[in-house]
Amino acid sequence: MAIRSSALTWTLAAVVVAAGVIPILIPSMATLVVLILAKGIVVLGIIILLQAGQVSFGHAMFFAAGAYTAGFWGKYLGVGDLAAYLVVGTVIATVLGLLVGLFVVRYREIFFGMLNLAFSMVLWSLLEKLFHLTNGADGMRVPRPTVFGMAFSPENFQYVLLYLTLAIAIVATFFVQRFLESPTGNMLRAIKSNETRLEYLGVSARRVLLIGYVISAALGGIGGVLVAVAQQIATPEFAYWTKSGEFVFIAILGGVGNAMGAFAGSAVFELVRFYASAQLANSWQLILGVVLIAIILFAPNGLIGLWQRQRAARDES
Amino acid sequence: MNSTLFVLASLDGLSYAALVFLVSVGLSLIFGVLRIVNVAHGSLYAFGAYLAASLSLLVTPISPWLTYPALLVASLVIGIVAGGLIERLLLSRVYGREEVLQLLITFAVFMIMDNLQRMIWGVQPIYAAEPLKLLPNVSIFGVSYTSYQVIVLPIVAVLALFGLRYFLRRTLMGAVILAVTEDREAATAIGINAQRVYLITFIIGATLAALGGALASPTTSLVPGMGTEMIVLSFAVAATAGLGQIEGTAITALAIGMARAFVIYLQPEFEVLVPYLIMVAVLLVRPEGLFGATKLRKI
Repeated sequence: MAIRSSALTWTLAAVVVAAGVIPILIPSMATLVVLILAKGIVVLGIIILLQAGQVSFGHAMFFAAGAYTAGFWGKYLGVGDLAAYLVVGTVIATVLGLLVGLFVVRYREIFFGMLNLAFSMVLWSLLEKLFHLTNGADGMRVPRPTVFGMAFSPENFQYVLLYLTLAIAIVATFFVQRFLESPTGNMLRAIKSNETRLEYLGVSARRVLLIGYVISAALGGIGGVLVAVAQQIATPEFAYWTKSGEFVFIAILGGVGNAMGAFAGSAVFELVRFYASAQLANSWQLILGVVLIAIILFAPNGLIGLWQRQRAARDES
Repeated sequence: MNSTLFVLASLDGLSYAALVFLVSVGLSLIFGVLRIVNVAHGSLYAFGAYLAASLSLLVTPISPWLTYPALLVASLVIGIVAGGLIERLLLSRVYGREEVLQLLITFAVFMIMDNLQRMIWGVQPIYAAEPLKLLPNVSIFGVSYTSYQVIVLPIVAVLALFGLRYFLRRTLMGAVILAVTEDREAATAIGINAQRVYLITFIIGATLAALGGALASPTTSLVPGMGTEMIVLSFAVAATAGLGQIEGTAITALAIGMARAFVIYLQPEFEVLVPYLIMVAVLLVRPEGLFGATKLRKI
């Protein structure tokens, strides 16, 4: 099922060039591309968990943890550096992932999903209700940070953010792809296919799942920081269950077979949202809902699956 | 907290619990039989509320008393039409598929319904409190409260509870539903139409959600997002009770409703936090829920 690595490399190269060049030609696209890439990074984490057959309907909590790191920094410490946001945001999301993970990896399927949902809703209520700390539903403004100590004008900053996000996305993609092909990645897949057999091999399924869970939490944190910086705001919505649902949506839309699906799904999702809300009078949710149903019913391996099927058909003829 | 506030909080909790129970028990029933968590359940609740309000406003000029049948008609229409379509057109195609796909197809329905709701009824709050105003207030331990909220709502909830119990345990259709839940293949082998059972169950569950919404519509202003909130809340109740537990859902709804009402008076900041905190606490200790049967561990 896996695409041959040469095909993957070429597609990746094409995507990277597209993501890097298009915003130069159309400057208004820069922030949109950042959002696509940043959400794709979060979805990489969802894909890791889906390899183990586990659906987290609460991953927005790690996304929010990253976003609010930038928010709190701006409110209490003044303008910081993007690198610092990323490091601290990732560390906080990772620690949170470890804490929550220790509990949730004991459960499977619907119980796993429910517990994740419950934890994320606790975080959401806290972010919304602790008004004096978090500004409540208004969210926290994220002032434009410096990058490695350098201050940029708004126009230049969006490009700096774009290329930094692109670099992180490339590194994350290769890392996740390698992880999924590693022994631990294979053990993760074994949780889905036959957990009992995995345990008989002397492997702790919980530990394997915990490793996957913590990595996915870290990816959620990175994506959260980048989105908050790009949109210059972090709101409680970032932790709401619909956000978690959105990430799972993007994963299925793109296809969970390999890491590239995350970005394919994210691109389609954000582009539909962007253009449909601009031109089709607020019907983007309707359109995306229909797209999702079509994908589930007719192309359960997602966009990447469709593409693979087409390639396979062409190779045969 | 003085005694008046105590009574007031209890009555708030009671009326709130009645509504939450109706929605949660529908969710629980659907999961118990179809093994699908219906993410669109909150949307059915919202549609029930909006349609009930529209019908109420329509019939009020003729006779305000017609608003009561309007509430019922609205929930039946939503339950049967929307519920029936969702099950027939979509869910019936994903039974036996991966869990994530089943979950996401209802998420897609949620997105579509959420959008439709804003297209049909707009984003301005809608008020239709006629049924609430028709009935007199009652005085309970010196606290005056609307009898719609402290008498009508709890009675409907209790009727729904006993109705469901009777239906599932004492009627042929109930026995058939339980048989399919227990073992679909064996049930099909003795000639039971499992597809029909799934359709009927989903319609009942959807109607309960819509009924919850319809009954809630006179007590609150209808705003976009009401369904989004209700789905997680009813989910918290159903999960805390143990998915598929009907009586347990009633007790849990009452407990969470009460806890929430008291927190509103004591520490209003933490109102929304309470249900989720209870859910986390319970699920950590008993993932199968308070009343769920313990399953043997696979390994």
